[in-house]
Amino acid sequence: MFPKGTKRKFSDSGEEPVPSGEQGQPAPSAAARTLSSSYSLQRQSLLDMSLIKLQLCHMLVEPNLCRSVLIANTVRQIQEEMTQDGTWQIMTQALAAAQCPADRLVATEVLCRQTDMAAQAGQSPKPFSVVGLEEGYHSEEVVMDGDGDTEVTMSTLSTVSPQLSSASYLPGPFGMGPCWEEEEEEGECEEDEEEDSEECVSEGEEADRDHLTGDSRTGEQVFGTFEIKHPAPPPDPALEELFSDVDASYYDLDTVLTGMQSAPKMGPYDLLESLSSHGPTALSSSTSCRSDLNELDHIMEIIVGS
Amino acid sequence: ISGAVQGAGGDMQWCLSQAKGSLDDDVTEADIISTLEFNHTGELLATGDKGGRIVIFQQEIENKRQPQYRSEYNVYSTFQSHEPEFDYLKSLEIEEKINKIRWIPQKNAAHFLLSTNDKTIKLWKISERDKRPEGYNLKEEDGRYRDPSTVTSLRVPVFRPMDLMVEASPRKVFANAHTYHINSVSVNSDNETYLSADDLRINLWHLEITDRSFNIVDIKPANMEELTEVITAAEFHPHQCNTFVYSSSKGTIRMCDMRASALCDKHSKMFEEPEDPSNRSFFSEIISSISDVKFSHSGRYMMTRDYLSVKIWDLNMESKPVETYQVHEYLRSKLCSLYENDCIFDKFECCWNGNDSMVMTGSYNNFFRMFDRDHRWDVTLEASRENSKPFQVIKPRKVCAGGKRKKDEISVDSLDFNKKILHTAWHPQDSIIVVATTNNLYIFQDKMN
Repeated sequence: MFPKGTKRKFSDSGEEPVPSGEQGQPAPSAAARTLSSSYSLQRQSLLDMSLIKLQLCHMLVEPNLCRSVLIANTVRQIQEEMTQDGTWQIMTQALAAAQCPADRLVATEVLCRQTDMAAQAGQSPKPFSVVGLEEGYHSEEVVMDGDGDTEVTMSTLSTVSPQLSSASYLPGPFGMGPCWEEEEEEGECEEDEEEDSEECVSEGEEADRDHLTGDSRTGEQVFGTFEIKHPAPPPDPALEELFSDVDASYYDLDTVLTGMQSAPKMGPYDLLESLSSHGPTALSSSTSCRSDLNELDHIMEIIVGS
Repeated sequence: ISGAVQGAGGDMQWCLSQAKGSLDDDVTEADIISTLEFNHTGELLATGDKGGRIVIFQQEIENKRQPQYRSEYNVYSTFQSHEPEFDYLKSLEIEEKINKIRWIPQKNAAHFLLSTNDKTIKLWKISERDKRPEGYNLKEEDGRYRDPSTVTSLRVPVFRPMDLMVEASPRKVFANAHTYHINSVSVNSDNETYLSADDLRINLWHLEITDRSFNIVDIKPANMEELTEVITAAEFHPHQCNTFVYSSSKGTIRMCDMRASALCDKHSKMFEEPEDPSNRSFFSEIISSISDVKFSHSGRYMMTRDYLSVKIWDLNMESKPVETYQVHEYLRSKLCSLYENDCIFDKFECCWNGNDSMVMTGSYNNFFRMFDRDHRWDVTLEASRENSKPFQVIKPRKVCAGGKRKKDEISVDSLDFNKKILHTAWHPQDSIIVVATTNNLYIFQDKMN
């Protein structure tokens, strides 16, 4: 019944772990209270635990929204407290200063830059929002041409980055190993776009956060999987409306990030199959529901369009 | 002060009447009981499980005259209510687990109940057939048609008794109205409408109409990034058909009046107890999240269950509950561990007895707690086959929070957190209680000398 310590993984690339405890605390802290190192460690451990919980969602069944919201609120509380006593700023600055190899995550730097800008502007980082993370993904499709020189559209990422900068890169400094495990995966990813989803998945699910970003070469492999999930990227407001309820499922984030390792890959034919089995079902005038016929029409448009 | 003033509750002596379910320690996932509900007379007890099945038990009526046997319940009907589904758009499985069962007040010989999984509500009709028509003119007994030329005389078919057959048939399916997971279903006192609640919305249905429902509460923020609170339970007032309440993950209960407007986003009352600053921790919000809300039978009070306590609210006082009962306060120092193993998210239910004088709720280690409101008395009992023999009064249990452990006490660290009692039910008219452990059902009755 005793809490297990959440051990931080130390990277191979010589990254220094973010100092915590007494070391990491700014001497002229704005906080009225002096943090004991044990409290700070406990708080850190709680933060790490919470982030792991948010990431390790069940793949097949939609995760419990209540639980996710409660954990996210806990993370936000910790973040607010850490912001007040200055520990948060230290952490994000350390992250920004971290050396990231160029062939890896371009977006890490982009996002870190964003953090810096926010910090310089004197703003506190936006409150952590678990839902915001996946919000930015599904609602804006990433363009995928299968061309090696295709640039990853960063628009998706930048809209979410204020949140991401404070949230998803937290795992980095605390040794959950995203940046560093990435390197092994690169080679495999390059082989085959279509089959990458299984192989690209790193051992730790949290590492996959960084699959989102990267240079154009990496992005291509990773975002190839996006295309299967959301076949075409029409800027169709009706389509957004259709998927607007998909965002409710926190599950989406993990699906995307982990390359959908366990969820079945859906090609256009699977979609057609599932459509035929759908059939006309009862209509509901509830605000969040559309008639199945409209859904079918839109899905057909997507398939035909691509 | 437990036990200091003995009264009605203290005089009660509970005996195990029946234990139903597999004796295996190895629990089959599908057999895990997920909901429990007596019908309005207490004659029928419905259970739902993770495998989407409903088992209805019926009280043995012959035994009702003999008090010591009055709580014998036997299987009346078993049927598959929900099947697992696959949501192709989201690539997600929709679990068949039955989240809630609610009985419709009986209008004729048949029984009706609503059962729901995460997405779909179904109205089931359970009817008995104990007679069958015999003596058709044109059909043989086995159903084959007779050659009309062989018919020489006419007779009137008559009903003859047959072995009792209980049939369950789905009469209505209320689908596609919930984007999020349904956590509650509640039948209105008008017996025509009912509500269904998911994490962010509450819909109002007519029992006869399946192709539409009215959305009466919607707390989904325009920007999902701003989501910080979800709906955890909802219930109609037992007598006022325009009133319902819903509880949230932030420990608030909102009461709404459907006459005020079509969309009840503005509450007419909000019940919330201010936080105790001395007990503040990072877990404060999580443990304040309400897992169940139940109106008293009288309709004057409502009860809420949060992680560590049960609170009774007077509907006329929003500022704080009138009574608070600690279920397992000794867990407060263990919240971090309980957060780590996810137990802190367990959703315990609670229930009233028939005359609202007592309330009951479950805990860990297969313990459950009863509180006598009138006499300020409480007891901890255990649902266990080993420690209970039929008709033997079961001994109260005690958890030792710290310090010296007395004999017969169990220390907090020895509690089995995998053995949790989330669902309990109290017979509406009698002192019979039912408690569900992971996959077993325990029926206790008060000895009543």
